[in-house]
Amino acid sequence: MLKETIISVFGEEARFESSQQPLSVASCVVSRDRFAEAAKVMKKAYALLAAEWAADETAFGRGFGVYACYRWGAEYLIVKTELPADDLWFPSLTKKFVPAFRFERQIQSLMGITPTGHPDIRPWIKFEDWPADAWPLRKTFDASKPLPRVAGEYAWVRAEGEGVYEIPVGPVHAGIIEPGHFRFQALGEDVINLEARLGYVHKGIEKKFESLSWKDGAQLAGRVSGDTTVAHSIAYCMALETMTGCNLPERAYWLRALFLERERIANHLGDIGAICNDAAFAFMLYQFARLREMIVRMNNKLFGHRFIMDRVIPGGVTVDIDAAGKKEILTEMDILSKDFEKLVVIYDEHSSLEDRVRDTGILTPERARELCVVGIVARASGMNLDCRIFNPFPPFDRHDYIELDVPVLISGDVHARSWIRIQEIRESIRIIRKFLEDMPEGEIAVPPALPRPDVSGFAAVEGWRGEIIYWLQSGPHSELNRCMVRDPSSVNWLALELAVLGNIVPDFPLCNKSFNQSYSGHDL
Amino acid sequence: MIRILRQIFRTGIVTEPLQPDLEADIREVGTRLEEAIRKKFRRSLTIRQVDAGSCNGCELEIHAMNNPIYNCERFGMHFTASPRFADLLLVTGPVTQNMEIALRRTYDATPSPKLVIAVGDCGCSGGIFGQSYASLGGINKVIPVDAYIPGCPPTPTALLNGIFKAIS
Repeated sequence: MLKETIISVFGEEARFESSQQPLSVASCVVSRDRFAEAAKVMKKAYALLAAEWAADETAFGRGFGVYACYRWGAEYLIVKTELPADDLWFPSLTKKFVPAFRFERQIQSLMGITPTGHPDIRPWIKFEDWPADAWPLRKTFDASKPLPRVAGEYAWVRAEGEGVYEIPVGPVHAGIIEPGHFRFQALGEDVINLEARLGYVHKGIEKKFESLSWKDGAQLAGRVSGDTTVAHSIAYCMALETMTGCNLPERAYWLRALFLERERIANHLGDIGAICNDAAFAFMLYQFARLREMIVRMNNKLFGHRFIMDRVIPGGVTVDIDAAGKKEILTEMDILSKDFEKLVVIYDEHSSLEDRVRDTGILTPERARELCVVGIVARASGMNLDCRIFNPFPPFDRHDYIELDVPVLISGDVHARSWIRIQEIRESIRIIRKFLEDMPEGEIAVPPALPRPDVSGFAAVEGWRGEIIYWLQSGPHSELNRCMVRDPSSVNWLALELAVLGNIVPDFPLCNKSFNQSYSGHDL
Repeated sequence: MIRILRQIFRTGIVTEPLQPDLEADIREVGTRLEEAIRKKFRRSLTIRQVDAGSCNGCELEIHAMNNPIYNCERFGMHFTASPRFADLLLVTGPVTQNMEIALRRTYDATPSPKLVIAVGDCGCSGGIFGQSYASLGGINKVIPVDAYIPGCPPTPTALLNGIFKAIS
C-alpha cells in the first residue's frame, strides 16, 4: 500500500534500493527537497511515523543519510534522503508527524544535522554542558575521550501568571527508579504543563555498537533496557539475521517466543502491582511481586538467568528446554493463573482503587494516533497495533494456530493501561502452554554468518512495552557502521506529558507508572 | 474486603518457605546482617538507592529485595526517599556524563559517616559500557566506594550478602 502510494506520486524520482533487508521492508531514496513531501503523502495514506534517524555514510564515500520509517498495518516503508557532507540540513517532518519532534532534536544533537523548519531545536539528550560541536554519532568523533564541560543553560518552557508555581522533580527520584527530570507548572493542584527532560542515562549505546563485533552487539542490545533484555536482543539478532540471510531452526524461534512471553508476564505482573501501590493499595504490590518472583526464579532455574539475559544470540538461542522443564513451567502457569485470577477480581471489585485509576491520565485515541504511540499505551487508546500480529516471527506467524487475542480498549486512562496488561498476561499464559505442547524438535542455533558490506537490516519485535525497532547497517568492510535503536519509550514519553495535563499533581506517579516507560531505552 | 482477607490468609507468610538451599543462604546472611545492623546502626540501616546510569536491570533486583520473599526490612534495613536520612548509598552504574553532577550532589547531601556500595558489573567497573564520551566508568571514578557487588545484575541474595559484607 505505502510503496504503491510513493510510486504513484514520485514515479521514477523515488529510487528503490535492494540493499535493505528483509525485502518486505521497502526502502526508497528521494531528493532532499521532496523529503517532507514524502511525509505528507504518507500522512495522507494514513501511515504512522515509526522512527526517524540519521547515519554517517562517509565511510562509503557518500555524505549522510536521513531516514524516516513509516508504518501502516503490517507494512513498513523507509524513505531516505542523502545529504552532502558539507551541507547538512533536511526539511523537518515535525509539522506532519508529531513524534518527529524528538527524533529530529536527537538527530540535530548527536549527528549535527539541522532539521530546517523545526519549531524547537533545543538540544535533546546532549546536555547544555557538552561542547556545541560534539556530535558523537559522526565518524570523525573520538568517542573514547571524556567530554570537557562548558557553561550553558537549558531553556525551560515556562508558564507564568498569578498563582502558577513550579515543581521540579529529579533526576534522583524518591523511589528505586531510573533518573529523569520532570518540571510541573501547576495551578493549585492542577497540572497546566509538564516538561520532561531526559538524557541522564545516555551511555552512548548507539556509538558503542559501532566499536563492537556483530556477536558482541547482541550482548549490548540485551543491556539497552534491562527489563526488556529478551525483546531487545531478539530484535537486534533478527535485524542481523535478515542481513546475512541466516535461516534459524524452527525450535530456536519457538524458544525465543517462549522467552519473550515470559518476559512480558514478569514485567506486567510487576507493573500492575506497582500501579496499585501508587494508589496506596500495597496488598496488591506484594501479591504481584510474589508472583513475579516465582516467574524470574523459574527463569533462573531453567534458563540460567533471572531475566534470561544473553540467552538469545545471533543464529539462535543458547539454552534449550527438556521434558522436565516443560512440566515445571506448566505447573507454574497453573499456579500463576489461579492466583492471578483471584487478584484480578480484587482489582476489579475495589471501588477506592477504581476511583483512582478510572478517568485518570487520559490519552485520547485521536491524540494517541497523532503521537504515533506504540505498545500497551497505544492499545489502551484504541490503536490496534501488535508486531506479533502484523510483523510476526514464527510461531506467531501461524495466526490460525496461535489465535492471539490482542486486547484494545478506547478509554486511554490508567485503568485501560492496567487492564490491557491483565488481558495480555492471560493471553501469554495461554500461548506459553501452547508453545510447550507443540514445540518442534531440532537444533537451537546455527553458526552466524557475517553480512556483506553496505547492506542494512531491519527488525520490529513486540516487547512487553511495545514495538522495538532495530536498524543495522554494515560498513565497507562488513563491520557495524550504524545501529539505530528505537525503544517504545522513544515515542511514548511524549504521550505521558500530554496525558497528565489537567490531572492533579498527586496523580502523576499513578499516570507515570501506568506508562512505565524506560529511561535507559530512550536515552541510549 | 473478605476476598482480600481470604487472599492474605491463604497466601500466609511467604518469606519463610523457600527452596532449602536459598533459604539457608538468606537466613544465614540475614542473621548476620541483623546482628551487625543492631550493633552498628542502632537497629536501622537506611539505604538510598541512586541510579547513576544503569539499564534498570539492577533496579529490578533491588526492588526484589523488598518483595515479600526476600523481605529485607525484616533485617532492619529500609529504603529512604532522601539522601539526607541515608547511612548507605547503593549506587548502580556506569556513571554517565549526564548523571555525574547529580551523583556528586547526592553523595554530598548524605550525612557522614556514610557507606557507598557500587552495584552491578557496570557500577563496579563500567561493564560493557566501559569508558567513553558518555560513560565515565565505575562509581569509584566519581565518588569513594567502600564495597562492590558484582553481577549482571546481582541477584537479591547477592545484594543482601554484599550489604552485609560492607557493614561488617
